[in-house]
Amino acid sequence: MSALLDINNLHVNVDDKTVIKGLDLHIKQGEVHAIMGPNGSGKSTLAFMLAGRENYEITKGEVLFDGTDLSTLTPEARAAKGLFLAFQYPVEIPGVNNMNFLRASLNALRRARGEAEMDTAHFLRFVREKAASLGMQDDMLKRPVNAGFSGGEKKRNEMLQLAVLEPRLIVLDEIDSGLDIDALKLVADGVNALRSPERAMLIITHYQRLLDHIKPDRVHVLADGRIARSGDAQLAQTLEQSGYADYGGEPKQIKADKASATDAGMVANG
Amino acid sequence: MENQTNEIAGQAKQAIKKETVAQVQNLAGEKYKYGFTTDIESEKAPKGLNSDIVRFISAKKDEPEWLLDWRLDAFERWQSMQEPNWAHVHYPPIDYQDLYYYAAPKSMADRPETLDDVDPELLKTYEKLGIPLQEQELLAGVKTRMAVDAVFDSVSVATTFRETLAESGVLFCSFSEAVQQHPELVKKYLGSVVPKSDNYFAALNSAVFSDGSFVYIPPHVRCPMELSTYFRINEANTGQFERTLIIADKGSYVSYLEGCTAPMRDENQLHAAVVELIALEDAEIKYSTVQNWYPGDKEGRGGIYNFVTKRGDCRETRAKISWTQVETGSAVTWKYPSCILRGDDTVGEFYSIAIANNLQQVDSGTKMIHLGKNSSSRIISKGISAGRASNAYRGRVSVHQKADNVRNFTQCDSLLIGDKCAAHTIPYIEARNPSAILEHEATASKISDDQIYYCRQRGLDAEEAVGLIVNGFCREVLQHLPMEFAVEAQKLVSISLEGSIG
Repeated sequence: MSALLDINNLHVNVDDKTVIKGLDLHIKQGEVHAIMGPNGSGKSTLAFMLAGRENYEITKGEVLFDGTDLSTLTPEARAAKGLFLAFQYPVEIPGVNNMNFLRASLNALRRARGEAEMDTAHFLRFVREKAASLGMQDDMLKRPVNAGFSGGEKKRNEMLQLAVLEPRLIVLDEIDSGLDIDALKLVADGVNALRSPERAMLIITHYQRLLDHIKPDRVHVLADGRIARSGDAQLAQTLEQSGYADYGGEPKQIKADKASATDAGMVANG
Repeated sequence: MENQTNEIAGQAKQAIKKETVAQVQNLAGEKYKYGFTTDIESEKAPKGLNSDIVRFISAKKDEPEWLLDWRLDAFERWQSMQEPNWAHVHYPPIDYQDLYYYAAPKSMADRPETLDDVDPELLKTYEKLGIPLQEQELLAGVKTRMAVDAVFDSVSVATTFRETLAESGVLFCSFSEAVQQHPELVKKYLGSVVPKSDNYFAALNSAVFSDGSFVYIPPHVRCPMELSTYFRINEANTGQFERTLIIADKGSYVSYLEGCTAPMRDENQLHAAVVELIALEDAEIKYSTVQNWYPGDKEGRGGIYNFVTKRGDCRETRAKISWTQVETGSAVTWKYPSCILRGDDTVGEFYSIAIANNLQQVDSGTKMIHLGKNSSSRIISKGISAGRASNAYRGRVSVHQKADNVRNFTQCDSLLIGDKCAAHTIPYIEARNPSAILEHEATASKISDDQIYYCRQRGLDAEEAVGLIVNGFCREVLQHLPMEFAVEAQKLVSISLEGSIG
């Protein structure tokens, strides 16, 4: 099987600063890859670049998604091709009902793919089923998108969107940040339920603990904008012991949650 | 007491880029689908304004002496008044002598009795505008009917369902006909809510008003269908000065909707209307507006000056008046639909969506004048600014010293798109009775790049994203529109902002 995502010698500038410096990554259908790395190593930049965020400039190399050069596609066209980014900080959209948002999204994707829109009755049944499978209450569907949601609720809402939109390539950007162990488990269950031979996943995380729940096929350590080391799931365990000291990061996780959030926040707002 | 807060777009954290603003400016009048002109022969009054023009208009309508005197008195007062300059709008001085004050399709001179006698060109115009003048079910399969009074420049072309309405005693006709057929009602109520010298534009209207709608709902009648008036300006250099008078007698109910459009022209056109509502004991009037006058092009050329005085009087106990407006058109809007809560236990409501794009300017809001005990009012205003537009909410809540236990809740939300537009919130609150409970909430927010990006990542394009977010922002107000128009208004909201983001 050919790779769903092919990243070759990628260089990315954000605000004229080179953040990704020669990254290679190949993910086949059905595979789950994890990218780990110290703060500032370029993890979130990779996620935003893949999903087409503005100001993320590819200066060298290429990114092919199912054979198509991603840099030629708008964010919505990437979504229509089946790329989904679960945000580290899901955005609040006050006033827009979650259900309407999901429906508008799903139908926009279907239109872009030349499929018929899903009618209201069918859609309601479909969404309620998905929500129930994630242990979500119906009232969450009626609330405005992410507005006033707790950290855990926001992440679960991302899982609901995932389940409804059924993408082919899922990029999870630090979905474990700010979650307690119960919420983490719920989110991980949601992700695991979506594993399939047709679907690929790229899990971006600072911590090994998420990978206890979602077992990756491959683990890569990102350091200073390139893959410094790759291995199987065992590599994550090793990192848990030694930290990122060998990769230009902190010796071991200290004040880690806060530092990680700040790092990603800066990248996200760049 | 004055409390002024200005929220300027530039303060917003994430500025939308220059290209976006350029795209906003590309949104020109070509999106305005009602901009066509009907080629029809028209009879006009000579250009300019003097007492002879007032006499001309009155004579055209065969008006009784008392009404002519009323107009002439208004004209005299208007001449000594100054155009108001306190609103947050800017436009070149209007040359009141360079306008036509009366224009009517020639074919209307014979006063056609039925729709079959009306010039087909006129009927075609309304068909093109999507306004049903045939007495038909409005929507297939839906048992809702709507009666329409169609006003073209200075005259009413047709009023539908009059006979059906007459069966329940409801009077619905053009203002000119009401003067002929129900002079006692007109005489009793005309100017009783908006006195002829109330303000500069109201005085001008009182002198030269042409047509508008007249509604009377008899005691304890619930009007069996939606009533609506559709205003169309067609002639160039012509002002439209309509006058609407709605009286809901004791225990009655009526829901009324007005819509407005005009051709695209490079010159500005003046629209100075007066609307008076009177609700007697236990009566309720629901008045909705979908204002879609031509807004001018992207450079701010042309468009309607919409200088309107709308006021309702909850004259007796437990009367209720509710204003809902969706203001998307006009180059300049100056409009404050208000309620005088005269009776005890009266209720006034104001729900507003005002959109200003490109170089549009809006200064709109409401006044809630609490005179009666236990009167309550509610104000929900949603202002949206895009392009280089300026959008101001201006409101007054005042409580008379004898009005015990007054309640008011005000919520003013502003939404900014881009970083060249402005939103202003200017609430005045006057409480002369210590028992009053008055609440005011205001927010200003911006559609952020993050929100747009998030929506795009989920498959929506930028315009769909803006439409979704803005409709979410307006939802509370859209819900108050009659169901048939809510969907239409929702679309209009999105169309008005098309191209406002990259």
